Amino acid sequence: MTPHVILRIIAKFLIPLIALFAFYVQFHGDFGPGGGFQAGVILAASVILYALIFGLEAAKEAIPPSWVRIGMSLGVLLYGGTGVVTWMLGGEFLNYSVLIDGYPAKGQHYGIIAVELGVLLAVASVMLAIFYAFGSRQPDLSEEDW
Amino acid sequence: MISAVFENYHYSVVIILMMTGLYVVFSSRNLIKKLVGLSVFQTSVFLLYITIGKVAGGQPPILVDDGHGGGHGDGKDHHAEVATNLLAGGEAKVGGAQHSAEVLYSNPLPHVLILTAIVVGVATLAIGLALVVRIREVYGSIEEDVIADLDHRYNLEGTAD
Amino acid sequence: MASTILLDIGFMAMLVVVAFAIVRLRSLFAIVMLQGVYSLVSAAWFVSLDAVDVAFTEAAVGAGVSTVLMLAAMLLADRESRPVPLGRQIGPLLIVVFAGLAMFYAVGDMPAYGDAHSPANSYVGHDYLDRTAEEIHIPNVVTAVLASYRGYDTFGEAVVVFAAGLGVLLLLGLNGNAGRWRAKPNGVRVSKQAAPAARKRPLPADAPQPMSAPAATIMTTRAKKPAAKKKKGGSS
Repeated sequence: MTPHVILRIIAKFLIPLIALFAFYVQFHGDFGPGGGFQAGVILAASVILYALIFGLEAAKEAIPPSWVRIGMSLGVLLYGGTGVVTWMLGGEFLNYSVLIDGYPAKGQHYGIIAVELGVLLAVASVMLAIFYAFGSRQPDLSEEDW
Repeated sequence: MISAVFENYHYSVVIILMMTGLYVVFSSRNLIKKLVGLSVFQTSVFLLYITIGKVAGGQPPILVDDGHGGGHGDGKDHHAEVATNLLAGGEAKVGGAQHSAEVLYSNPLPHVLILTAIVVGVATLAIGLALVVRIREVYGSIEEDVIADLDHRYNLEGTAD
Repeated sequence: MASTILLDIGFMAMLVVVAFAIVRLRSLFAIVMLQGVYSLVSAAWFVSLDAVDVAFTEAAVGAGVSTVLMLAAMLLADRESRPVPLGRQIGPLLIVVFAGLAMFYAVGDMPAYGDAHSPANSYVGHDYLDRTAEEIHIPNVVTAVLASYRGYDTFGEAVVVFAAGLGVLLLLGLNGNAGRWRAKPNGVRVSKQAAPAARKRPLPADAPQPMSAPAATIMTTRAKKPAAKKKKGGSS
């Protein structure tokens, strides 16, 4: 891995910024362009960049595949769970207005934040899972074909 | 028909792009090239939807009335020549607090539909690529005619050895 | 207005050129990279068409992640696509030209480009714009519609993404070894190593052997990793 010094230094500098930008996109999505889908993909992209430069094994040590597997189910569960909570509070499925008693607009805010978090978890984990699956499959043909 | 094609040239170009993608899907026998063609076709369909949702002189559908102003840097030079232009630019700058109805926004609905479609599209693309990888491991090729030939011989002779 | 028209025409020309290049090229690496370029240019056009959220997603997903996935799949599959004989290209061409002409015929019935009063832009889209400010109090209408008004829809999309991820994990495995281990209940192997057609090719020397124990498979996987990784880092 020694030949890629510039690549490694730049990546070390960039990866935290990419992850930070992902969370900015996530929580600023109410005001500007952005949201859970974009943030999830950007968060996954930061890990993918790490894997491309430092190797897949290092990425798997940083974000273990078991986390990824749990994360993708947890994201969908968080989304569905928000709907169930609104059910329990007497509203329709995914009607966030009932989340905060008496303040429907505030309830909508919290509901949207919860749902977007679920989307973030699901999308980021699924993208990482797909990348891990493809990346760790052994190539069938020799490397000299390139 | 001809004049309509040239007046709405956006749609015409998008149709050409769509048909190019479809042609790649039909004509190529390499499975990965087929998937690339499918992806081009898909992106062109997204372009068609977004083109329909565009409003001349409109702004991105981010409301500007609360002073936060996600989109106020954009779209000011979009002054349209259509009759709606008096809704678009001038009053938007004057309109301070409550006049969100006077700013012209593009239609947000296609954006929402396409946004989720893009992410679902990449997820299904991954499924297709995974299938291609497994096919390659079993057949040793991702060319459709080679695979069909191997299958055919196997069915006729019971073995391909 | 004139500037955006020039911008639009420029983007359209680039898209057409890239799409035709994809048709003509045979190197899969070039095709995959051009697909990324196509996504990126269309993302730029989305910004010009006021769809900033969509442009964001397309740039991150279409140009970023899907290109990486395609490169990874190409690494596992093939580098070059074989030429298709000319006689086999006429049929698809005829179908595509016919379908395209039918769609051109239908363009006459489409609403004019940018029409604020077209049916597509009149009813529900306008309604969302009006009601978001009153009911949800967040400026980005796209997020409001995505997460609240059409939350049920988005839930379905999240489940689809989850299911697709699950499908890939079933096909390839999270550690890349699905389908490589053979079940041997009571000492009888129930599945074959590969389809009969694949026997013609000699197996690579370090591929998992038919009867190998799981531990041996893991060891070969570990052993071969650094070489494969260096290649990947270099090509990006």
